[in-house]
Amino acid sequence: MTDTADTAREAPTGPSGRGSGEHVVTVTIDDRAITAAKGELVIDVAERNGVYIPRFCYHPRMRPVGMCRMCIVDIDTGRGPALQPACMIECSDGMIVSTGSPATRKAQEGVLEFLLVNHPLDCPVCDKGGECPLQDQTMSHGPGESRFVEEKRHFEKPIPVSDLVMLDRERCILCDRCTRFASEVAGDPLISFIDRGNDTQVNTFPGEPFSSYFSGNTVQICPVGALTATPYRFKARPWDLDEVESTCTSCSVGCRVVIQSSRNQVLRYLGVDVDAVNWGWLCDKGRFDFEAVDSSERLGSPLVRDEGLLLKSATWNDALGRAAASIKDGLERSGPDGLAVLGGARLTNEDAYAWVKLVKGVIGSDNIDAQLGDGLPAEAVLGLPAATIDDACRPGGTVLVLGPDPKEELPVLFLRLRHAVLNDGVKIVELASTATGTTPLAAHSLRYHPGHALHLMRALLAPTEAEDEVAGVAPEAIAAAASLLAERPVTVVLGRPNQAEGARSIAAAAKLINDAHPRVRFLSALRRGNVRGALELGMTPGVLPGRVTFRDGRDWFAGHWPTVPETKGLDATGILRAASEGRIDTLVLLGADPLADFPDRDLAERGVAGARTVIACDQFLTESVRQADVVLPAAGYAEVDGTTTNLEGRVSTLARIVTAPGTSQPTWTVAADLAFRLGADLGLESTEQIGQEIDAVAPAFAGLLHDLAAPGGEDGVLVSLPAQRNGETPDEPVEDPSAEPAAAATDPGDADPETTEPGPTEPGAVPGATESEASPAGPRPGIPVPDWRVI
Amino acid sequence: MSDGAKHVPSILSTRWDLADGHTLGRYLETGGYEGLRRALSAMTPDEVTEEVKAASLLGRGGAGFPAGVKWGFVPPGVFPRYLVVNGDESEPGTYKDRVIMERDPHLLIEGALIAAYAIGAAQVFLYVRGEMALAQERIAQALNEAYDAGYVGQSIMGNEDFSVDVILHWGAGAYIVGEETALIESLEGYRGFPRLKPPYFPAAKGLYMQPTVVNNVETLADLPWIVSEGGAAFAALGAEKSLGTRLFTVSGHVNRPGVYEVEFGTTTFRDMLYGERYGDGIRHDNRLKAFIPGGASAPWLFEEHLDLPLETGAVGAAGSMLGSGAIVVMDDTTDAVKAAWRVVRFFARESCGKCTPCREGATWLERILRRMLDGYGRPSDVDKLLDICDNISPQITWPPKQTTICPLGPSAVSPIASAVMRFRDEFFAYCGGGEITVPVHGKAYLSTPPAVGASQ
Amino acid sequence: MPRFTSENSAVADDIIARYPRPRSALIPLLHLAQEQDGHLTEEAMEHIAELVDVTPAEVLGTASFYEMFKREPVGDYVITVCTNISCMLVGGEELLHHLEHRLGVKTGSTTPDGKFTLEDVECIAACSEAPCMQVNYRYFDRVQLDDVDDLLDDLRAGKLAHEVPRHGTLSRVRQRLPENRAGNAPPDRNVEPPWLARNRRGDSEGNGTGAGDGAGDGGAS
Ligand SMILES: Cc1cc2nc3c(=O)[nH]c(=O)nc-3n(C[C@H](O)[C@H](O)[C@H](O)COP(=O)(O)O)c2cc1C
Ligand code: SF4
Ligand code: FES
Repeated sequence: MTDTADTAREAPTGPSGRGSGEHVVTVTIDDRAITAAKGELVIDVAERNGVYIPRFCYHPRMRPVGMCRMCIVDIDTGRGPALQPACMIECSDGMIVSTGSPATRKAQEGVLEFLLVNHPLDCPVCDKGGECPLQDQTMSHGPGESRFVEEKRHFEKPIPVSDLVMLDRERCILCDRCTRFASEVAGDPLISFIDRGNDTQVNTFPGEPFSSYFSGNTVQICPVGALTATPYRFKARPWDLDEVESTCTSCSVGCRVVIQSSRNQVLRYLGVDVDAVNWGWLCDKGRFDFEAVDSSERLGSPLVRDEGLLLKSATWNDALGRAAASIKDGLERSGPDGLAVLGGARLTNEDAYAWVKLVKGVIGSDNIDAQLGDGLPAEAVLGLPAATIDDACRPGGTVLVLGPDPKEELPVLFLRLRHAVLNDGVKIVELASTATGTTPLAAHSLRYHPGHALHLMRALLAPTEAEDEVAGVAPEAIAAAASLLAERPVTVVLGRPNQAEGARSIAAAAKLINDAHPRVRFLSALRRGNVRGALELGMTPGVLPGRVTFRDGRDWFAGHWPTVPETKGLDATGILRAASEGRIDTLVLLGADPLADFPDRDLAERGVAGARTVIACDQFLTESVRQADVVLPAAGYAEVDGTTTNLEGRVSTLARIVTAPGTSQPTWTVAADLAFRLGADLGLESTEQIGQEIDAVAPAFAGLLHDLAAPGGEDGVLVSLPAQRNGETPDEPVEDPSAEPAAAATDPGDADPETTEPGPTEPGAVPGATESEASPAGPRPGIPVPDWRVI
Repeated sequence: MSDGAKHVPSILSTRWDLADGHTLGRYLETGGYEGLRRALSAMTPDEVTEEVKAASLLGRGGAGFPAGVKWGFVPPGVFPRYLVVNGDESEPGTYKDRVIMERDPHLLIEGALIAAYAIGAAQVFLYVRGEMALAQERIAQALNEAYDAGYVGQSIMGNEDFSVDVILHWGAGAYIVGEETALIESLEGYRGFPRLKPPYFPAAKGLYMQPTVVNNVETLADLPWIVSEGGAAFAALGAEKSLGTRLFTVSGHVNRPGVYEVEFGTTTFRDMLYGERYGDGIRHDNRLKAFIPGGASAPWLFEEHLDLPLETGAVGAAGSMLGSGAIVVMDDTTDAVKAAWRVVRFFARESCGKCTPCREGATWLERILRRMLDGYGRPSDVDKLLDICDNISPQITWPPKQTTICPLGPSAVSPIASAVMRFRDEFFAYCGGGEITVPVHGKAYLSTPPAVGASQ
Repeated sequence: MPRFTSENSAVADDIIARYPRPRSALIPLLHLAQEQDGHLTEEAMEHIAELVDVTPAEVLGTASFYEMFKREPVGDYVITVCTNISCMLVGGEELLHHLEHRLGVKTGSTTPDGKFTLEDVECIAACSEAPCMQVNYRYFDRVQLDDVDDLLDDLRAGKLAHEVPRHGTLSRVRQRLPENRAGNAPPDRNVEPPWLARNRRGDSEGNGTGAGDGAGDGGAS
């Protein structure tokens, strides 16, 4: 904790840290008696009870600083009413707060007048106009007219503080939000207050821009128009924006967002504060990702390869006809196993289910893999006790990073971990061959020889036997890290650290610690937006929708589907190898670009070339898609409704706000159309209806729709907690004294900090358990402890 | 005792006239480090604290809080504790800590060590104002001598278990850093932003969030005498709450400006302004117009207050404060508007900028006054001034209320309220008439003749 | 290249070692840089950032808060005249204007020959010696207008080199922390000082006043 002032080291940040809930106190706010957790801030308690105290510097996810003084209200703690900042004062028993007293009103009017003294009157040309806290609160709490006749403070108009962020210092009210975010939340203190008093400004060090993966958040939390995002500047006025709430799928953290658009064009994402996931933050990758949505590169109509071997645009009818015909040939020639599907990790759950139903339930092939040889075996992702982000961040725990650098691949997960390390005494043990963005946070970062993760894990679990270096790591380092693992509950952030690390050895390492450690859980660190959902729904060999093996699920699914594959099929490597050997008649690429993503480029080339027919369903003409015989343009993000599943197994909604270019279609419709042309009927007509079918047939998803619709459902619903599913409850958190402020660190309103049930579902309950036939009271089918020998 | 004749022991100023009073040799010859020796050999830390309580030594930095009581606030069992010496003296009119630091640095060091012993401070930081190059030099010299002679560092004066470092540190030009929490932020390497109290009371959460006692230079310089002569002897001097002796700086329109050690609580303002051993009267026998009793932050006092004793209670009751013991005298040739402007300009320039009312308000006040002086005042300006004051320090009263984080903002209100309420005609002369409708409650501001519209 | 010279780097390390946390050395190090270069260069701030493990932006944030740190070159002699109340009452402003006239520059600027920078400052704690001013932070008390002319001549002629070192140099004596220093008290080590521990026990045992020679009592409970 070296990057913020000591007051920050002290004050827990945001509601997550406040209100231990241990003792309840009674305070009176505007004559109403209200109970609050001791230590909760007056400003939060008031808001929760419908009394909004105006504020500028206060942000619930950051350390309160009490600087702007807008929130001062009369607070009487026994010594008579005194004006105090509601954002700094913790509730104490018998406290009397008056947010409307004449003294309060006069003071707040005064503060607003002071803030306006140097604030330019350029609202008409300001991006913030219409959604500006300063503008709004001037209306609600401000003085009538300005008495300021002197000249206002002057600065050079907007200056770029980074490629993405512009700063207008004349508009700045010095609330310390952006600077606090930079140092306290992101850990990139590259902007700072400069100079003093009335000349104070926010700025960077000359020639050192505010280059942070998270800079966009400062724009979102700026209470005036001082910080603007280059991509959005002057694009639109708030009042002519349409918006929907959705989920970011740039990576698998699944941050909740509001997507705003105007005239069928996506203009801006805003982070939504979801307690269990992103706390309102977004990474710049995710936030500014939308540029891709309406890129000119997008495919607008189907393409088919003509005799001249050129891709020519065609009608959907022709294209689907061609596709169906070649699939038929293939099936006649070599049966279901001649068909293989790659990709799907970036589709919606509904798309995934439709394709799995087509491939496994109608055609009867099990050659389908959402991952491209760069992921983990389904068992390792789905079969181990699952942790939520909150579990990983729970005070007193250890997080073992055995996967890609969270800061690079799962940025907002990094922010959550960073907060947990700095405020809640969580310790990180990182296994990485080179320094990463997460290394500075790690209590121990073990530099091991690539490819030797398994050995290192062995040593970590039995340190006493490690007399000398293991995989290049010194025994002392191993011992130190090992004790952090042994003594505390452990969450393993599990993924592929590097390509040298085979999926097998990682999975085996995971198995090792799972068997050895009584209190270990796993958080998958797979990158692609909906890879988890794809696996959950069976886009991987040997698994049926709802995380069910053939053995456990065959009978059940036989009752719902025309057929179920006999034997476990091929994974991506197997598929490409088979294709390269001419054993694949039809290879379907669902938003997959094996030529670019599959680790073994040569095999990928031979595979794609070797498949008799390649059908691609994609938004772009990628390298692989260029090789296809039939190309079907897919509607993409913000163009389709549905649901997605994040790395925790949390299902949340995706919303449509713009129409896809040209004749692009949702990917699930392609599955339905092909089925029809193959003489079958998927019985799938809309995303809603697919959702209902998933809900009804996929065991782990039973009751999902009900839960999504229920209060809090918009924050997502967990479908993947084997721990709960098998009736066990996760470990109690170990209270780390050094992490005092953090009891209930993950559940502000939670009366019982001991509750370890993450997310919105009730403790111990099967997520969404209902009386429906899909979720019998007894143990439902699920992946048993995996048979590791097959990996 | 208007001739200030009564003999009082000098506790602080004994070495000021010695050319080599700042050297260890001369310090030892003149009884130096005897207080520390006594504390270490004959007293427990608690007994030292008791003596200081018995002396009821009020802090000399401005807030006037009893030192012994403050020491008692450090939470038991929490270590390490730190002692921070506040040598940032910069309250306009105040020149006394510098005298001690330049002419008797060992006295300060000895006092600091006694305090460190009493409160159990494992490290002492001596924060000297940046602009005071000579003070820094003298203290650095003194510390080097003291370390070599074993008065600081390991096993002080042969006491194996009393080892403390005194680290000389200095600022770089910012008045606000005199405020104890801003001083701590500065000492941690940050901008000199005051912390909010609550929750950051230094005694509990100070330097590095550890229990920290911040004491003023003069406060600590009193300790060697108190320990040697006893708290009772100290308390035998002075009156009411104001005991012992105290340094006062007399400046402005007096014949004999200077820094004087006087008996606290009994000496009067008249003594300080007119006694020939002190101010020796107003220059050119002009009439007194007003005087600032305790530094720029204090409301002004007037003729009718001359016979008030230099006693915190009495001055407080009159609606002002002794603050940092800085008496600034203005004769009847002084332009009240200009004087007020100059003091307000100081606070506007020194606002740290952390909180809105001070950052924007103080500057605004300064610019209105400047505009008046430049001849562009408007009748409504006087009322506007007071209303802005009211938004910084609600009700313009004393002791001041504040919408700000620290008392600096409200300090800008004192000179304006004082000058406007007492010399309104001068203001109206600058901006042509108008009337005052903003209620003002500070007693000193309202002293005769009672102000129109200024009633409760 | 105005990073710290190797000699000053050693001084810097010595300064950093005095504090429980490196960042506390920030302001002393900025002074050291100004002593070396006469003003604060960006390179120096970057070097300091490395030394105390913060970003240059954080160094600038702190440095720019304090008036004494000059981010632009200044004259060999920085003349700071107090115009605050005590001085104003007895001629501080006249003194400032006289200097503007004599130096031919406005307050806040530097003479073309780079010799003098003139500033008006707030109270410098010499109120009973008003009107007063400083040259490179050395005091000149009760300054009369004609004294000033001589002073300027002497400074130009380098006659006062002894009293007035070059800008940036404050104390010409550095505190040495010798072998017998007690050592830092890191905030995260909750150790009761031995003399407190001893006396607590002492009290209960009814003996022991003062630190005595509590040999061996070093170990705090
Ligand atoms: C704006 C402001 C400026 C201050 N300046 C000083 C100062 O220059 N020297 C000082 O000793 N105390 C100053 N103080 C008071 C300190 O905050 C603190 O009360 C004092 O140093 C405590 O020491 P004492 O109890 O021995 O007086 C200032 C307070 C404020 C609000
Ligand atoms: S009152 Fe003024 S000096 Fe004090 S914190 Fe607020 S801005 Fe800073
Ligand atoms: S919101 Fe409380 S002071 Fe700014």
